[in-house]
Amino acid sequence: MGSSRNIIALKSIMHKEIHRFMRIWVQTLVPPAITISLYFVIFGSLIGSRIGEMGGFDYMSFIVPGLIMMSVITNSYSNVASSFFSAKWQRNVEEMLVAPVPNWVIVAGYVGGGMARGMLVGSIVTLVSMFFVDIQIHNIWVIIVTVALTSATFALGGLINAIFAGSFDDISIIPTFILTPLTYLGGVFYSISLLPEFWQGVSQINPIVYMVNAFRYGFLGITDVSLTLSFAVLGVFIVSLYTIAMVLITKGIGLRS
Amino acid sequence: MLPALEISGLTKIYKGGFQALKGIDLTVKQGDFFALLGPNGAGKSTTIGIITSLVNKTAGNVAVFGHDIDQELEAAKSFIGLVPQEFNFNQFESLMKILVNQAGYYGVERKLAVQRAEKYLKQLNLWEKRNDAARMLSGGMKRRLMIARALMHEPKMLILDEPTAGVDIELRRSMWEFLRELNKQGITIILTTHYLEEAEMLCRNIAIIDSGIIVENTDMKSLLAKLDVETFVFDLKPNSEPQELVGLSSRVIDSHTIEVDVKKTQTINAVFTELNNQGIDVLSMRNKSNRLEELFVGLVGSGQAASKSAVKE
Repeated sequence: MGSSRNIIALKSIMHKEIHRFMRIWVQTLVPPAITISLYFVIFGSLIGSRIGEMGGFDYMSFIVPGLIMMSVITNSYSNVASSFFSAKWQRNVEEMLVAPVPNWVIVAGYVGGGMARGMLVGSIVTLVSMFFVDIQIHNIWVIIVTVALTSATFALGGLINAIFAGSFDDISIIPTFILTPLTYLGGVFYSISLLPEFWQGVSQINPIVYMVNAFRYGFLGITDVSLTLSFAVLGVFIVSLYTIAMVLITKGIGLRS
Repeated sequence: MLPALEISGLTKIYKGGFQALKGIDLTVKQGDFFALLGPNGAGKSTTIGIITSLVNKTAGNVAVFGHDIDQELEAAKSFIGLVPQEFNFNQFESLMKILVNQAGYYGVERKLAVQRAEKYLKQLNLWEKRNDAARMLSGGMKRRLMIARALMHEPKMLILDEPTAGVDIELRRSMWEFLRELNKQGITIILTTHYLEEAEMLCRNIAIIDSGIIVENTDMKSLLAKLDVETFVFDLKPNSEPQELVGLSSRVIDSHTIEVDVKKTQTINAVFTELNNQGIDVLSMRNKSNRLEELFVGLVGSGQAASKSAVKE
């Protein structure tokens, strides 16, 4: 009884979450496609043609995996951050809190919604990139596992951000001041092997480097870091962020007085 | 038979030190229609918040149909339907989606949830609005939507926090009928309200809470029997110029109105006799205020006094 009830509750939360971003598709699905097209035009065609090869591939092909991953990261994070904070702000989060929904189901439902948007946007961006470059696939399983784990990581991050947030400003601070710089410095536009040794070392503490490189390996078969280490980093982040999210929701931080 | 709700020693101290509940005890029988009354800030919403796990308690125990919220929280929650004081649904979702999703959180299959949503939307006259966003509804409709939402998992106990606040008289009466019908079907109902007439008309048992203390907990009949004095207002013929009545506590309001306090030991006949002696004709008479209101004001006043003296000690 309990497990079937939990599955129905999980499906309900995910259904609500997916319906939410599909309902406002002009705000959630179209902008990433436009932004990515601009990246391709500017960095790929205009500037990229003067850069030449990177990692043995033309610049456009090199940046495609990083740009897809950038969209996945941003959308997984912002979906959960804005949806959960909005549920707190409108107080409809109470609909779940008064119901016999275990906390892990709430976390899984919101993370599932964030992953759904992240991966849908990732697919849209991949389709758009096919207009600019011939996509090649080196290992489809690495692509699928990396994108799933990365979107789960950032969906969890978005959830924690929303739990602590006291205003709509608070859910834009971390994406603006932490997520965007880490993404831009995470090897999306360049191979970290081009950096001086010191900055290569600094880049090793940026988790996004591991995600982008694992993803790029799935497409092009090249990576600046070990694939095993990349999955280990993702695993550690998911376990840590899930534990933090569960502790916060169980204690009712920002949810119960 | 297990009580629907059993609260013992319930205490809540908020961050900052404000003590909202000071160890309250309360029992609500299965099938009861129970009123929880108190002035603003008395602790009603905190009590409801703890029962429904929206507020963390500081101490004490709460059991819902025998399920302790510390040991079997999910089981306890499954018995409760909550209609909160403030609108707390997603304003951008349609009524149908709000109801079906809510049922899903309680494990109700989607197909059954859609059937129930149709049933309750029709019963509460919201069916025409089923595909509208909730923000498009009037205040009264939003209140009815919250009642429908609370019923989607067919709870055994319904808790309504000020369900008719801001609702017009006609709609309020139709909501009373609806709640009476639910109670007849065996659903235990706990109600907080500012409309004391509402509590008197609907509820069999009552608790009055003031400054975090239960100052009265009894059945409605016994409570009303405690009323020593009722105040009546007599509307007299124009320019009657009444004098104060002999042997009765009375106040002349104007040339054609007099207020009289009638004790339990006195009869209203005595008032008419006195007015007759003055040669005054009575056009109509009415209670000055709701009977429960008079008791409430007395009890809450004494509760505040007790609380203040306790603080001094």
